[in-house]
Amino acid sequence: MIRVSVPVRQAIARLILPVLIAASFGLMLLGKADTVIVERARVALTDLLVPVYGVLSRPVGAVRDAIEAVHGLARLHSENARLREENARLRRWYDVAMALEAENLALRAVLNAPAEPTPGFITARVVADTGTTYARSVLLFTGPRHAVTKGQVALDQNGLVGRVSEVGSRSARVLLVTDINSRIPVRIERTGARAILVGTNGPAPRLQHWSESAPPQPGDRVVTSAQAGAFPAGLPVGTVRAGPGGVIEVELAADLDRLTFVRLHDFGLSGILPPEQVVPPRRRGGS
Amino acid sequence: MAVGLPRRTLLQRLDLAAHEAAPAALTLVLVLVSFLPPLVPGQPGLLPSALPASVFFWTLYRPRLMAPPAVFGLGLVQDLLSAAPLGVNTLLSLLLHAAVLTQRRVLVRQSFLIVWVAFALLAAALLSLGWLLRSILAVAVLPPLPALVELGLVVFLYPAYSWLFIRLERSLAAP
Repeated sequence: MIRVSVPVRQAIARLILPVLIAASFGLMLLGKADTVIVERARVALTDLLVPVYGVLSRPVGAVRDAIEAVHGLARLHSENARLREENARLRRWYDVAMALEAENLALRAVLNAPAEPTPGFITARVVADTGTTYARSVLLFTGPRHAVTKGQVALDQNGLVGRVSEVGSRSARVLLVTDINSRIPVRIERTGARAILVGTNGPAPRLQHWSESAPPQPGDRVVTSAQAGAFPAGLPVGTVRAGPGGVIEVELAADLDRLTFVRLHDFGLSGILPPEQVVPPRRRGGS
Repeated sequence: MAVGLPRRTLLQRLDLAAHEAAPAALTLVLVLVSFLPPLVPGQPGLLPSALPASVFFWTLYRPRLMAPPAVFGLGLVQDLLSAAPLGVNTLLSLLLHAAVLTQRRVLVRQSFLIVWVAFALLAAALLSLGWLLRSILAVAVLPPLPALVELGLVVFLYPAYSWLFIRLERSLAAP
């Protein structure tokens, strides 16, 4: 330890607070100016912490499952009736799908069109919900020697969750579609019209920049659009609903509050921009 | 080591170091725990950070155990983990630390209720500043309602955190 006289030590003690306050402003500027260094720092910290979260999130998951199970017991009867009804409906759809697949294969054979390759996927466990009032993301424990890359699309069993924004040696961060920096090109399935899904940090992202001639109606299904080369077309996103104050919101198909596992699809699309490079689009039409 | 004091043994020094690090370590654990997936399904994982409560409490009652570098480090961990703009939490925590230091002598003698009210006022000022800074950094007006909800939770949960910190403080005072 360096020996310093008492007055010097007192001076240092008095200076340290203003210096650190100045350093905070410096960090803000650094975060704006050099996103690479900041991202490296984030990734280093998440790599360090993700094994801890991996262990801690297991008992949390167990408690959560137990609470779900108790809830499930209470509505066993109605749930059973609902599932029976849904099963009957899905069986009909299964028949339709099988018939369509056979027809599709036959038509492809006629046209000599090669079948589209099924994209591969990796499943990763969500170990931390790093959502705050100002940002929405989750951390994944990918384990060492993973094949996760930046820009991959993350889905839960029902629909789009977000995309991978940071990748470390054993962790990855998924920027959720609800994050205020998230902009996703989507398509209204009924009309084929394109729009942008804008995160608000709230539970339901909004639709912006839809064409005036074909406004989205509540109940319309929303799927991803391949417009910017960032997402493959046709991934389920959610359904349109009218939010408070007449804004057009999308009720997500994915259950972002209960993410335990996500599938990371690699569609081999590289035309993705990091969120900080995406210029917030100017408001036009519905806001 | 201070001149004139008898040299401490290794164990004594370790014990002292553990004592001095305990408040910051507890706060770090609380910050990390707040990012675990939500325990109750369907409840968004928005447990507010224990950081404001902790910085306020320890600066008020044991300022030596919550020195500016510790405040800075804890704010940095919070910022890095939450993928929010860097530097905002460090700045807010340091400002809270500085504000409490100036009012310490008055506040430390007050009843819990008055201390809680003081915390609420300071938290309101700081979270408003945080909202403003983040809006500037995002070059957009961020929705104010979630920030108000966060403020409500931070103030509402202060007694719980305070209870926890008092337990630790007592165990530190009587080893």
